[in-house]
Amino acid sequence: MSDSYINKPNRPLQLYAIIFLIFLYVPVLFLPLFSFNDSIYVRFPMEGLTLQWYRELMGREAVWAALMNSFKVGITASIVATALGIFGAKAITRYRFHGKAPIVTFIMLPLVVPLIIFGVALLVLMTSIGIPLSLYTVTIGHLIICIPFAIAVLLPRFEGFDASIEEASADLGENAWWTFWRVTLPMIFPGVVASLLLCFTVSFDEFILAFFLNGTEATLPMYIWGQLRFPQEFPSVLALSSMIIAASFIIVFFGQWINRDASISSIEGGK
Amino acid sequence: MSHDDFISIRDVQKYFGSFQAIENITMDIGHGEFFSLLGASGCGKTTLLRMLAGFESPTSGEIFIDGQPMSEVPPHMRPVNMVFQSYAIFPHLNVRDNIAYGLRKRKLPKPEVNRMVDEMLELISLPDYGDRKATQLSGGQRQRIALARALILKPKVLLLDEPLGALDKQLREQMQLELRALQRAVGITFVFVTHDQEEAMTLSDRIAVMANGRVMQLDSPGGLYESPNSRDVASFIGTMNFFDGVVKEHQGANLTIDAQGIGTVAANTRNGPFQAGDKVQVAIRPEKLKLTTERPEGATYSAQGKVENMAYLGERSHFQVGMDGVDGHIAVSSQNDRPGAQPFAMDTPVWLQWENDALVVLGR
Repeated sequence: MSDSYINKPNRPLQLYAIIFLIFLYVPVLFLPLFSFNDSIYVRFPMEGLTLQWYRELMGREAVWAALMNSFKVGITASIVATALGIFGAKAITRYRFHGKAPIVTFIMLPLVVPLIIFGVALLVLMTSIGIPLSLYTVTIGHLIICIPFAIAVLLPRFEGFDASIEEASADLGENAWWTFWRVTLPMIFPGVVASLLLCFTVSFDEFILAFFLNGTEATLPMYIWGQLRFPQEFPSVLALSSMIIAASFIIVFFGQWINRDASISSIEGGK
Repeated sequence: MSHDDFISIRDVQKYFGSFQAIENITMDIGHGEFFSLLGASGCGKTTLLRMLAGFESPTSGEIFIDGQPMSEVPPHMRPVNMVFQSYAIFPHLNVRDNIAYGLRKRKLPKPEVNRMVDEMLELISLPDYGDRKATQLSGGQRQRIALARALILKPKVLLLDEPLGALDKQLREQMQLELRALQRAVGITFVFVTHDQEEAMTLSDRIAVMANGRVMQLDSPGGLYESPNSRDVASFIGTMNFFDGVVKEHQGANLTIDAQGIGTVAANTRNGPFQAGDKVQVAIRPEKLKLTTERPEGATYSAQGKVENMAYLGERSHFQVGMDGVDGHIAVSSQNDRPGAQPFAMDTPVWLQWENDALVVLGR
């Protein structure tokens, strides 16, 4: 039994997996590494450890302003995208309607269509109907990329629970509104939290749409982009990037952890 | 509609697209009755139950409950409650909150709710389970919680969708007894969906046998067993032996039939009417046939055969008897009510005898 290829450990594949992870994450790890380097030049050997770049960052008005802008956009986009995602995921799992498969594909498309295309398209749209560019337009842009993430996170939640649980609530006298608050929402709640966190992260880290659609107020990734022109600012950019990476990791892992039983039978309630 | 008719189903049809799930059903269910819808999967029994609950609406026809037409009444406004096949226990609530779920709209004071829930927990024999999480319960316990959750609302009708299907045999038999006792205790009309004919026979006052969206026969368990109206019902409920025959003479309900294998027999029928020359089937239950090794003296009806297979089941034995002119085997079931060894060896020539009122005549 144990020497069947199905369950035998495969050395070359393990090696491949390790190399894959190294290629994926080692370049990213250079950012935090050099953010502690006591030099404005990114090169080996490092010249000693310092927290100078982080300290300097904390003192800048523009960083705080950009951070606040990113928060505003991220929080709004994640709440709206998650709310729409709940309706979308419920419709996809609970109702039969014509053209369901193509509609689902269209909703998911922004995950694979280059964002620069959406950016240009939205920019043309906004300017041609005369909507001034601002954080609002950035938020609208971010909704387009957040909704597919929200639906992708929420779909397994809806699929994982027996539709007769909602019917039972109706049968016991609750209308659609109360059934949603008393049964549906509590049951998908971990998915809602995960969706909020993931959408926030997606919006928080997004650059291209923000670049095209913003007015005068920069989000954090745009601030970083702006600073890249100044070599002496580079260590601060590294410090800022390192913090964004760390925050993103923590938020996404936390979201995944909350939503860890999405496809496990424990939420089915039945069998 | 008589006075006792509590649920009245009138000319109800249901289409899903072009598929006809329910083909014009009209029937009445009495007050306090334990009524079963029995049939194989896909016969429309669950669709009919879901129409009573309001989850499906009839394509045409009307359902009345307690005199009120139901077509405009959504599920959450109907005076019925349902026990789902999967029980549909709310996994995020504990047992107490599950049972009290439907009481929110009554706006009762908290102690009153607690008292009612305790009463229900007592009724379903799970008094100390109130604070358990729903996910920590066994199948039988969930089933009882689902019952309590519905019964606490004192519905006029309780709908049960194969509630015992997921339980193992022993637990199922125990729950059958409890369910029947419970129904007598609360006096609510039960409409019970099942594919298990034995379960339907054990529990029900009346049974509607369904196939292909139609009601084949609606009768008491005894009525279905003793006088089925078609071959399908006869073979769905228990075992039945069939002999092809032709009506020779008829005088009202009294027929004389030439049947293959058993010769000319007289039989009385509730089915029909039949004319001379009609092709019919004569049917008889296995336990109504008696086996002897000697030609029976004085019996009006008998026929000869040979034991070709047998099974000893303790309190009774099953035999398969081969007969000339009859395809397949004739099933005979005899009570082992006398001490001593089994009387028939394989390949023994035997005589079958029966009373003529044990015969059922069916059209073919």
